[in-house]
Amino acid sequence: MNSFIDLNLGLARPEIFLAIAALALLVIGVSLGDRHTRLIAWASVAALVIAIVLAISDKADGLAFHGLFIADDFACYAKVLSFGAAALAIIMSLDYAEREGMARFELPLLMLMATLGMSLMISANDLISLYVGLELQSLALYVVAAIKRDTIKSTEAGLKYFVLGALSSGMLLYGSSLIYGFTGSTSFSVLAATLTGDAGLGLIVGIVFLCAGLAFKISAVPFHMWTPDVYEGAPTPITAFFAAAPKVAAITLFARVLVGPFGDLVGQWQQIIVFISIASMILGAVAAIGQKNIKRLMAYSSIGNVGFALVGLASGTQEGVSGLLIYMAIYVVMTTGTFAVILAMRRRGEAVEQISDLAGLSRSQPGLAWALAIFMFSMAGIPPFAGFFGKWFVFLAAIQAGLNVLAVIGVLASVVSAFYYIRIIKVMFFDQPTEAFDRVTPTLRIVLIATVFVISLGFIAGSPFFDLSANAASVLFAE
Amino acid sequence: MSGSMPILSLTTFLPLLGAVLILILKGDEGSVARNARYIALWTSLVTFAVSLVIWFQFDRSFVGFQFEEKTAWLPLLGISYHMGVDGISMTFVMLSTLLTPICILASWEAIEKRVKEYMIAFLGLETLMVGTFCALDFVTFYIFFEAVLIPMYLIIGIWGGPRRVYASIKFFLFTLAGSVLMLLAILAMYSITGTADIPALMAYGFDPAIQKWLWLALFASFAVKVPMWPVHTWLPDAHVEAPTAGSVILAGVLLKMGAYGFLRFSIPMLPEASAYFTPLVYAMSVVAVIYTSLIALAQEDMKKLIAYSSVAHMGFVTAGIFSMTQEGLEGALFQMLSHGVVSGALFLCVGVIYDRLHTREIARYGGLVHRMPKYAVVFMIFTMASVGLPGTSGFIGEFLVMVGVFKDNTWVALLIATGVILGAAYMLWLYRRIIFGELVKEDLKTMLDLSLREKVIFAPLLLLVFWMGIYPISFTSIFGPTVTDFIQDYGPRMEAVAADPAATNP
Repeated sequence: MNSFIDLNLGLARPEIFLAIAALALLVIGVSLGDRHTRLIAWASVAALVIAIVLAISDKADGLAFHGLFIADDFACYAKVLSFGAAALAIIMSLDYAEREGMARFELPLLMLMATLGMSLMISANDLISLYVGLELQSLALYVVAAIKRDTIKSTEAGLKYFVLGALSSGMLLYGSSLIYGFTGSTSFSVLAATLTGDAGLGLIVGIVFLCAGLAFKISAVPFHMWTPDVYEGAPTPITAFFAAAPKVAAITLFARVLVGPFGDLVGQWQQIIVFISIASMILGAVAAIGQKNIKRLMAYSSIGNVGFALVGLASGTQEGVSGLLIYMAIYVVMTTGTFAVILAMRRRGEAVEQISDLAGLSRSQPGLAWALAIFMFSMAGIPPFAGFFGKWFVFLAAIQAGLNVLAVIGVLASVVSAFYYIRIIKVMFFDQPTEAFDRVTPTLRIVLIATVFVISLGFIAGSPFFDLSANAASVLFAE
Repeated sequence: MSGSMPILSLTTFLPLLGAVLILILKGDEGSVARNARYIALWTSLVTFAVSLVIWFQFDRSFVGFQFEEKTAWLPLLGISYHMGVDGISMTFVMLSTLLTPICILASWEAIEKRVKEYMIAFLGLETLMVGTFCALDFVTFYIFFEAVLIPMYLIIGIWGGPRRVYASIKFFLFTLAGSVLMLLAILAMYSITGTADIPALMAYGFDPAIQKWLWLALFASFAVKVPMWPVHTWLPDAHVEAPTAGSVILAGVLLKMGAYGFLRFSIPMLPEASAYFTPLVYAMSVVAVIYTSLIALAQEDMKKLIAYSSVAHMGFVTAGIFSMTQEGLEGALFQMLSHGVVSGALFLCVGVIYDRLHTREIARYGGLVHRMPKYAVVFMIFTMASVGLPGTSGFIGEFLVMVGVFKDNTWVALLIATGVILGAAYMLWLYRRIIFGELVKEDLKTMLDLSLREKVIFAPLLLLVFWMGIYPISFTSIFGPTVTDFIQDYGPRMEAVAADPAATNP
């Protein structure tokens, strides 16, 4: 009965491959030493690319590891997204790491391990596997946040992230144990089958703790406090990584948990999501206005963006989850591109990160300025850039679900947030130029061209991508 | 109806092609600037020539959309790239393609720095303006409508005056705040009907109870754009700080997008709510006409004065539209075209002397007629057109609007008629202070009269002002049949509500 075949290992091909690749590269890294970091990094990128291919080719759906692990279109979509984001983040970290003297071979490997954790989170079909995946991801992330261990900011970021992350894990575990105590199962499939209609108070408390734990991971208000400090303190490529891949994994996990096992209790959790969505949108919009450091600004921007994505989840419908997926995919591209620009902000070899350092960029480096302007307009939701379509789909879902107040608050928050986005454009285009930045490195240039292309022209051929997202979301609702 | 050639798409995207050409220009700054100017001018002239095909091939007896193009864009969502013009939108397309080359000529010497980006922004703006008026899909419309913010923000912010940052951000946020509410209305309409196709939505007939909310959301966007009192405060700032050509486009075309929105969306899609809110629109229009005219009297900056006069003139337009009479609607459309030409020309007149003295303060001028007789004549003609002298375009529009409004509501007609008097007061006073009097200021004594380039800029506008004033039927015959049909379609439904407002309550 417990034979090896029953495990259905084939369904977990990308994860198994990533695990083996990470361990093998670790051995290679140890024997080669830090001088070959670039090789290890590119090998990690290659491993992620292969994992993407494994995830999409010859795809089969079903349960593995005796129901702990699920492979479906939804998981596939989220995995491709987070693997891609992680690969881009590793590529972007290369030049930075070498210049800042943190080019250790552990860096790409830890990012690879974190990505493996994300992949397990995305495919979790049980509270236990959810926790295991989440911890694998988080522990790797704590270490990369503090990877520049000789600077006080980076270590502070790592420590802060660890303490608060541990607290959130505790809450998540507590919630899981309550859910297990009141239902007798940790399996999503069993929970989905048994939970119908009414929920007892104990179960609801459990769900609330679970939501709180997950809200920490996606940095939604009121569990966002760590974000600005960690974003500012961590080395910039690491911040770029934090802002993209883990967010995708955590938010898709969030969607799977709420819609899957607790799908019938939508009336219970919907108000929680509506609240954290509104709070995140407003805080992300208002608190960013006073920021002078662009990484801190991006932290608040990411809080706001998570709020917008959660509008989709709050509607609790298939259209909503589809909107969430579309929003996150577009967000990942925008945010990666923005961080590529931030990484290019170097003067005479020193990284600068004040918004005022961007002054007059449109004259000294017009290409870079236009790229950032496009990302900022896109984040503000101005068509025809991709960010508009993300907002379109989440708000469409909210309106269809009758959440009109949420939609109105959401669009007004987007106007407030537009202020700080266009203020960056103002600094770049209207202010007097200061000293130019160093030449943009070739790898960053490639990342920038690709992301600008997707964001500015993606709408022309967006149709297949929207269909794909709708299809991925439909899996969660297929009963 | 449509020919084999996608003439609307061609008109829309030709300027973009020119922008791309300018983008790839390389070389030293001087030659890039020169080439950028010439490419921009030729592109906009060719675009205008192409748009003339629309003018001549337009079937004036046919009501409904012509030159239609439709391509599936997001088939799963039922959203398509759908273009077409009717009698209402066609004239605005022409206005946009006419004003753009004039603006580029007007910026020929005034814009000295970053010419390449300026020309790209202007050509991009032309694409978006034409696209806005041609779009027959609500989502496509919104994309064009909203994207206009990007080039305009940059034009005000980069090439504007001393308070350009404040003005550009205010312009951006005001317009965006209105637009996102319209976006919600679009989403709601789309989720009710499952389509974003404008003709389909015009035929749909929404539940009157929901119409009110949709109407208010649309109104938020269009009222800011028109702009109507009390959300007009962005306009004087934007006008004063924008470079001359930016003001021309802003007054000439962008303001019309709001009124166009009322005609294309608010009334046809939500006739019951439109009837319900007509008193509100009337009240806001009357306040706009009287209050902003009074403010205009107190201005010391020429551009600010003309900006406030724009608000007043657009008050006529909104009152005319919501009178829902043949005269009122035709008058509103005529007034929009006339205002597009006249206020554009007035901003150009300000630009002429601003380029020479670099101040817009009225008190700094006086007695210009002695040095610049040709300029004095041109400025006078446009002043008269703005005042509404018979024989000029301004008269036809204002007169028709007042006739139309009078038929619907005598008091409103009486009140907006005072605007004509006030308009004459502030415009003639402005003219007197700048042109007449003794030429005492030293620096004015060396001012040169209109150059050849400036004459070329004003010539087509002068021609239009008289053409529209003397032979208006060339224009009314375009939108007349559409307006008749428009009133037949939506008038009865609005009258039913006007007779019994309680009918709209659920």
